[in-house]
Amino acid sequence: MLDADFFRRWMTATAASVDREADRLTALDSPIGDADHGSNLRRGFTAVTAALEKESPPTPGAVLTLAGRQLISTVGGASGPLYGTLLRRTGKALGDAAEVDEQQFAEALRAGVDAVMQLGGAAPGDKTMIDALAPAVDRLADGFGAARSAAEQGAEATTPLQARKGRASYLGERSIGHQDPGATSAALLIAALAETEGK
Amino acid sequence: MRMLINVPETVVADALRGMAAAHPDLIVDVENRVIVRRDAPVAGKVALVSGGGSGHEPLHGGFVGPGMLSAACPGEVFTSPVPDQMARAAAAVDSGAGVLFIVKNYTGDVLNFDMAAELAEDEGIQIAKVLVNDDVAVTDSLYTAGRRGTGATLFVEKIAGAAAEEGQPLERVQALARQVNESSRSFGVALSACTTPSKGSPTFDLPAGELELGVGIHGEPGRERRPMMTSGEIADFAVQAILDDITPRNPVVVLVNGMGATPLLELYGFNAEVQRVLAQRGVVVAHTLVGNYVTSLDMAGASVTLCEVDEERLRLWNAPVKTAGLRWGV
Repeated sequence: MLDADFFRRWMTATAASVDREADRLTALDSPIGDADHGSNLRRGFTAVTAALEKESPPTPGAVLTLAGRQLISTVGGASGPLYGTLLRRTGKALGDAAEVDEQQFAEALRAGVDAVMQLGGAAPGDKTMIDALAPAVDRLADGFGAARSAAEQGAEATTPLQARKGRASYLGERSIGHQDPGATSAALLIAALAETEGK
Repeated sequence: MRMLINVPETVVADALRGMAAAHPDLIVDVENRVIVRRDAPVAGKVALVSGGGSGHEPLHGGFVGPGMLSAACPGEVFTSPVPDQMARAAAAVDSGAGVLFIVKNYTGDVLNFDMAAELAEDEGIQIAKVLVNDDVAVTDSLYTAGRRGTGATLFVEKIAGAAAEEGQPLERVQALARQVNESSRSFGVALSACTTPSKGSPTFDLPAGELELGVGIHGEPGRERRPMMTSGEIADFAVQAILDDITPRNPVVVLVNGMGATPLLELYGFNAEVQRVLAQRGVVVAHTLVGNYVTSLDMAGASVTLCEVDEERLRLWNAPVKTAGLRWGV
């Protein structure tokens, strides 16, 4: 069973990972974006960690809803609303249970990913964060490790794709050959899940 | 890359503090990142709120004041502001007559303004929106995020701002803003990439002797790269790209806009070439504005925007405006 503390640690692990990888995310965002993905997410997840520490929400749902709200209020760009919606909707789907099982979490995360697809209008193959999140959700039933591999493979598989959403889409064919920064940060989020489980 | 900054993390806040000191007509909330005209809310007047990533100054904060915007919300550099900023701005400027959100068509701006509209409407504020998407360099809107909002933003903010100042109702101000957007087209070229403070190096490589045609305003590369062209050749290309997309039947207002690092000497020379092409193509020019209005940090280059105007829109364009970045008739 997963409790509020597990989700708090997931968010803390994500914040640490985003902080470590911020320069790489910004570098990936340079040729096909505007070179700020790492710094924007770092600002957001720093705010998430601070808010979770201050408010210590009591349930898994409350942890993720608060985290999502913080991202919406601090990140800006497209990533803020998209990541914020992912966590908020996942949190809302978890309701106010004190503990949830892996199955409930998988269903909630799927609701979160669906909400992101609806908000951003992206489908798998558009070279966005969905290309890491959708395969991860599909493999979540096989454990966090499997989801992590699926997310990382999904992120890597964006390299040959032509972007059809977001700022990279303006490049047309010139977006081909670059790994998508949003899919890369989404893989970090899922990888942090596997790291959290191991603790 | 040398920049006149303290640290990258505080560039936006530092600029806002400086703006506050230079422009006592504005209320600059540095902490919450909202710039409001000091006399807001103006009784009975529709309010205009815009915003977007920083790095395009004077857009948008420099266009706050009588005859133009009621408030502006600057985000991080090239990053759209967060919903809380626009919701706060709307609450500060709404007189009860409603608020028009002027949104440039970028995924982040659209999402954040949509969320802000929900927050403001929850507070009982009537919100209308206009999306600016004038950049003809984006040809395929099916497989992209659609045309970008660039130079036309200035025309929308000025003309809709003048209409609001006259006391026109929200529905009418919104309709006018949409007309202005639909009657405007832009095309930009870059002679160099720009450098964001957080990255500290150019956002793309533009080899010496080449230029980027159809560039956006975030340092994102454009639609093609060619060997360097003369000012006259660039004017031919840019105006052609616009006239391929729109055939003005009325006079146009021309904006020859610098991207940030191109001297006025060059911009005026470029304007002469733009006027030559327009005359050759039989386009009547009602008014011309030359300068740095919608910039892209330290990018070298320029954009051309044509805004077709009828009598009313020309009258509103010429109406008095008193802002840090645009000022006449007062």
